[in-house]
Amino acid sequence: MAYVPHTDGDVRRALEVIGVEDVDDLFADVPHELLDPPLDLPAPMDEVTLLAHLDALAARDQQAVPTFLGGGVRRHFIPAVTPRLAMQGEFVTAYTPYQAEVAQGVLQSTFEFQTMMSELTGLPIANASMYDGASAVAEAALLAVRQTHRETVMVSRAVHPETREVLQTYLWPLDIDIEVVDLEATLTTPVPTVGEHVAALIVQDPNHLGYLEDMPAMAAAAHAAGALLIAVVDPLALAVLRDPGSYGADVAVGDGQVLGVPMQYGGPAFGFMVVREALLRQLPGRVVGQTTDVDGRRAFVLTLQAREQHIRRSKAKSNICSNHQLAALLATVNMAALGPVGLREMAEGTVRRAHQLADALRRAGADVFPNGRFFAEFVLRTRADGATVRRRLAKRGVRAGVPLPAEYGIGNGVTLAATELTTDADIAALTAALRDVGELGPVAAEVIG
Amino acid sequence: MNIPDHLRFAASHEWATAPDDGIVTVGITDFAQDQLGDVVFVELPDVGRTLAAGEAAAVVESVKTASDIYAPIAGEVVEVNGALLDAPEAINGDPYGEGWLFRLRVDGADAWQGLLDADAYAAVAEEG
Amino acid sequence: MNDFPLVFERGARGRRAARPPVTAGPSMAELLGEDALRARPPRLPEVSELDLVRHYTQLAHRQFSIDGNFYPLGSCTMKYNPKLHEDAAERFLDLHPYQDPDHAQGVLELLYGLQRDLAEITGMDAISLQPAAGAHGELTGILMIRAFHEANGEGEQRRVVICPDGAHGTNPATASMAGYDVVEVPTGPDGEVDIDAFEAALGPDTAAVMLTNPNTLGIFERRILRMSEAAHAVGAQLYYDGANLNAVVGRARPGDMGFDVVHLNLHKTFTTPHGGGGPGTGPVGVKAHLAPYLPVPLVGREGDRYVLERDRPRSIGRMRSFYGNVGNLVRAYAYIRTLGAEGLRRVSSMAVLNANYLRMKMKEAGFTIAFDRINMHEFVAQPPGGLRTLDIAKALLDHGVHPMTVYFPLIVKEAMMVEPTETESLETLDAYAAILAQVLERAEADPSYLADAPRGTPVRRLDETTAARKPVLRHAFASD
Repeated sequence: MAYVPHTDGDVRRALEVIGVEDVDDLFADVPHELLDPPLDLPAPMDEVTLLAHLDALAARDQQAVPTFLGGGVRRHFIPAVTPRLAMQGEFVTAYTPYQAEVAQGVLQSTFEFQTMMSELTGLPIANASMYDGASAVAEAALLAVRQTHRETVMVSRAVHPETREVLQTYLWPLDIDIEVVDLEATLTTPVPTVGEHVAALIVQDPNHLGYLEDMPAMAAAAHAAGALLIAVVDPLALAVLRDPGSYGADVAVGDGQVLGVPMQYGGPAFGFMVVREALLRQLPGRVVGQTTDVDGRRAFVLTLQAREQHIRRSKAKSNICSNHQLAALLATVNMAALGPVGLREMAEGTVRRAHQLADALRRAGADVFPNGRFFAEFVLRTRADGATVRRRLAKRGVRAGVPLPAEYGIGNGVTLAATELTTDADIAALTAALRDVGELGPVAAEVIG
Repeated sequence: MNIPDHLRFAASHEWATAPDDGIVTVGITDFAQDQLGDVVFVELPDVGRTLAAGEAAAVVESVKTASDIYAPIAGEVVEVNGALLDAPEAINGDPYGEGWLFRLRVDGADAWQGLLDADAYAAVAEEG
Repeated sequence: MNDFPLVFERGARGRRAARPPVTAGPSMAELLGEDALRARPPRLPEVSELDLVRHYTQLAHRQFSIDGNFYPLGSCTMKYNPKLHEDAAERFLDLHPYQDPDHAQGVLELLYGLQRDLAEITGMDAISLQPAAGAHGELTGILMIRAFHEANGEGEQRRVVICPDGAHGTNPATASMAGYDVVEVPTGPDGEVDIDAFEAALGPDTAAVMLTNPNTLGIFERRILRMSEAAHAVGAQLYYDGANLNAVVGRARPGDMGFDVVHLNLHKTFTTPHGGGGPGTGPVGVKAHLAPYLPVPLVGREGDRYVLERDRPRSIGRMRSFYGNVGNLVRAYAYIRTLGAEGLRRVSSMAVLNANYLRMKMKEAGFTIAFDRINMHEFVAQPPGGLRTLDIAKALLDHGVHPMTVYFPLIVKEAMMVEPTETESLETLDAYAAILAQVLERAEADPSYLADAPRGTPVRRLDETTAARKPVLRHAFASD
């Protein structure tokens, strides 16, 4: 039977050593009314059948077509060497590195990850990764509340709506209030007046609609009131954009999918959190530190564990028990593969392609939102609602358009993203498809389906 | 096991000096620091905070554990040992001297008198 | 002494490995404005592809893993991770979470099927696949319980969560994050929760009881039906920590034991890879009365169409972005479809068989068994006469086997928690026991043998004190 090596002979031998007659004797403690209920599960499949079944499922998913979807996940170049190295069996099937002497592979690569995230964000102290960007933002808000002893956080509406939902879920049980800063007509966040009851101001850059925010001004506004600035950032964009450390952010968080993790329908990727020095003891999650062994060798070890749940229990900084190690490793290997030059080329390619796309669509008569300060993504206003446009485009073989949430109050629209992988042919395909569905020009063409 | 005679103790392994002009110094015992192992970090209470007897006041972290430190008697925090932030190992090396944690302003000497004396504490430590 | 370089210490200025497609065009300053740009590039490694391959291949060789080493960590379920699952996951890589759901019907059908399978396996009515880890699932479950009590007007009154003293640290940490106070109840001398103390602790202020069954000592809570009745009688909800499900998967269901909420650790029971610490996956299951509170979205079905259901007004909200750790959900689905009901029954049967077998062998080798009785998929042992668990663990490393879990649960001194799992052969268990016997023999003959262990690993015992006192959490470049 799959993956269980025991023959009948093995079972007999084991039972003899244990001193019972039957395997069921080992389940004598389970009340008999609970034992062995009938289970209605599909019949087992062998390897060939299973893969055929999965192929049939996958055939009903649209993959490998021109793609212009963003909203926190993007399809970027991942060189072949990245998954081959990160997915070696020793990394995939290892446990958390509690026995450091035999876990230097995981520990050192995590130290390298922490260093790279620190370099990208310009802040000194990174943890070993978290579940995703959204929960990292929520944990950052909790950190700010612990640090300042204040009970309100301020968040821009241009922070990803799903991130704000997660923030709400995490803050509700602790009675922490959320104040939302509404956007200006430019679809960017006005610099708010921050009250002295506010623990942190949370701003995303580039924001959910794709546009750059005035982060130095945000930092000043937060600090003027003794609050923290939590910058929610795109780590690939940081290859070209000013880093949070340079404008005085206290915490930089975000999602790392764009650094080398396949899209996988939304997960798993990883979240990251990088903080300034003074916040070290408040940092949730695992951290790896450098030390020496008894012979004086440099070595790496999980450290500052006394903050964590397995020691502090009810007084832990967070209940977080794991990191997204393997996904973070993909990013680590990928960043090393690309190097500073390759990463910058990817970021520049993304910016240029996104701007080329916007220009091409504008020339073709599309209603591209008039804000030119965007990294990978921008708003296209549409006649039909965003989800309908997306469906129509999908039927024409193009994956495009994250529907604009109604809360932004600018009517129907989508955001469109491009990356360094976007080609001229892709742009032509999208333009043609938009024309077909009547989203170019002043008069709607007749739309079929 | 070092248990100085002139101090009083709580069963939770804190020591306190006799009130001197209303001020009492608090730390953890030699037994406690030995149990904890190498201290790596100390979280001290804010100056000005009022503590009830038995209230969690500080946290002493070693590599593998983190222990709450309780105020042995009620009082107001008037001073904390900031030197511990850079040199927490003083708690291991000199738990009754350089390893002191914080000072409280207390009301009279009755509460202090009510704590365990050296012999009574020795009995507690032996059990634990 | 640095005898193994960091990736930053490999390569040379100007080297590079991967080359992305390059697009010519206006400068960043022209497109974004000078003020938007960073002043100094990040200092990332500059290595050739071969430098890169050598580095991460050699690092992999400095790492124990299930693929390479027996790894009987109690409470972790380190079973074999089938390679077939990697092939399975590959079919679902290039999917964007926001692509039109009508053009993602395959993955949605898979997720719907997994929801259904997990509900059947756990005996629950509804499943959310959203949480990213066990601890995340716990938080989800406790928040749903809180929402339930608040909806019933009992939110203010019910402030307490009860956990056994043997509970994993995430349980009380989760309760705190959800705004609750934690009360611990003791474990009795038989290794099960002290039933009198448990019943005495229950009251109108109890929001929830968090239990694992079998518990963290590997012992089945025989009085579980009585405990769930007692909890429900005071209006509390019963939460199942699924960490130990491998003991009973396919043979007993937490839903039948009376639990209202369950979380699963797919990276334990359902063999999604541990990855060196993550990503895990922690789906939650609930009985019907809690289903309205599940996080959104759920995968639903309308006729023959699969949909993402967001319109659930009493949902606690979202726990994370998108839908879940889909890559791992695909792997778990593949496992369940490979095994079927019969295969799952075999998993728990053989897991329990192996654990009891190893218990006998370790006893023979000279270890004390903390609760010497038939256990389930794991058991707790202690080293003989004055030897320290830590030292024995370090000695095992030199023999190419991973130690058991050490110093957990906290209620047993010098605890060694051992969980072999069902994917190990008896020969592997015999070899482990023989190594343990050898370690004890040598320790008796030579006191320094344990203290100096390990000797042959890539690094030896580490100075964890300095690492915590003077944390160095990133590499310092020469230019710093």
